Amino acid sequence: MLWNLLKAFVVGGAICTLGEVLVLKTKLTPARILVGYIVAGVLLSAVGLYAPLAEFAGAGATVPLTGFGHALTNGVKKAVQEIGFMGAFTGGLTATAAGIAAAVFFGALAALLFKPKAK
Amino acid sequence: MFDKNAKPSPQRQRQLDRYKQLVERLSPNSDMGKGLFRAYWVGGAICAFGQFLQEAGKMWLGMNNTAASTFCSTVLVLLTALLTGIGVWDKIGQYAGAGAFVPITGFANAMVSPAIEFRREGLVLGLGAKLFTIAGPVLVWGISTSVVVGIIYAIWPW
Repeated sequence: MLWNLLKAFVVGGAICTLGEVLVLKTKLTPARILVGYIVAGVLLSAVGLYAPLAEFAGAGATVPLTGFGHALTNGVKKAVQEIGFMGAFTGGLTATAAGIAAAVFFGALAALLFKPKAK
Repeated sequence: MFDKNAKPSPQRQRQLDRYKQLVERLSPNSDMGKGLFRAYWVGGAICAFGQFLQEAGKMWLGMNNTAASTFCSTVLVLLTALLTGIGVWDKIGQYAGAGAFVPITGFANAMVSPAIEFRREGLVLGLGAKLFTIAGPVLVWGISTSVVVGIIYAIWPW
């Protein structure tokens, strides 16, 4: 287990550091970087490069937003294999439903419970 | 009347140079190495914690792989929402930069933070709409790209 944690740390840290390089070098806003990361994850996964990384690093590859893209692609491919063409529309959200629903629900809950902080 | 391509007068040019120097001197010196180090260890730690959650789910809570990875992202999202609510996440984000916003925690923070801030504009167009200020674009482009990939895959499976 420690070995798995170390692999997740090393790879996850590297993916985040790449994001920080983009922040410091290109002045892209975080929102653009996040969109870039998820699209990159979808495409890398589609050409088969992301699965080996996820296999190796576990959460180190799936917790960063590229992993969200990877999950979208995986879901879409699986659904296409199961139900054919229409799977292109059902698979992505099915695979990522939990993450999105959790973010929406806990987000709404937190916004109801907490007051804005004075900046 | 006003030609924006005209060269500034020498006097104006001196003014502009002075202003540029001033901006350079006063803008925070973003020390590259330090920023990268912080992004690395915080981002890595968040991922390692995620890995720990997955393994814990499998070992102690009898979850299968899917349930364990769902458990991992749900807990990370919940913790981020809480930390954002009590104002701690802002500090982590300032310290770690991409180390905090690249993992799924950043996605959660990007939803919670504007939702809290704009809550006073109402439950529908304040809280409800602002949850998606940043999450919206991420979902739009992520889902759209995946649909394109799915359509191509349905026609030419590889």
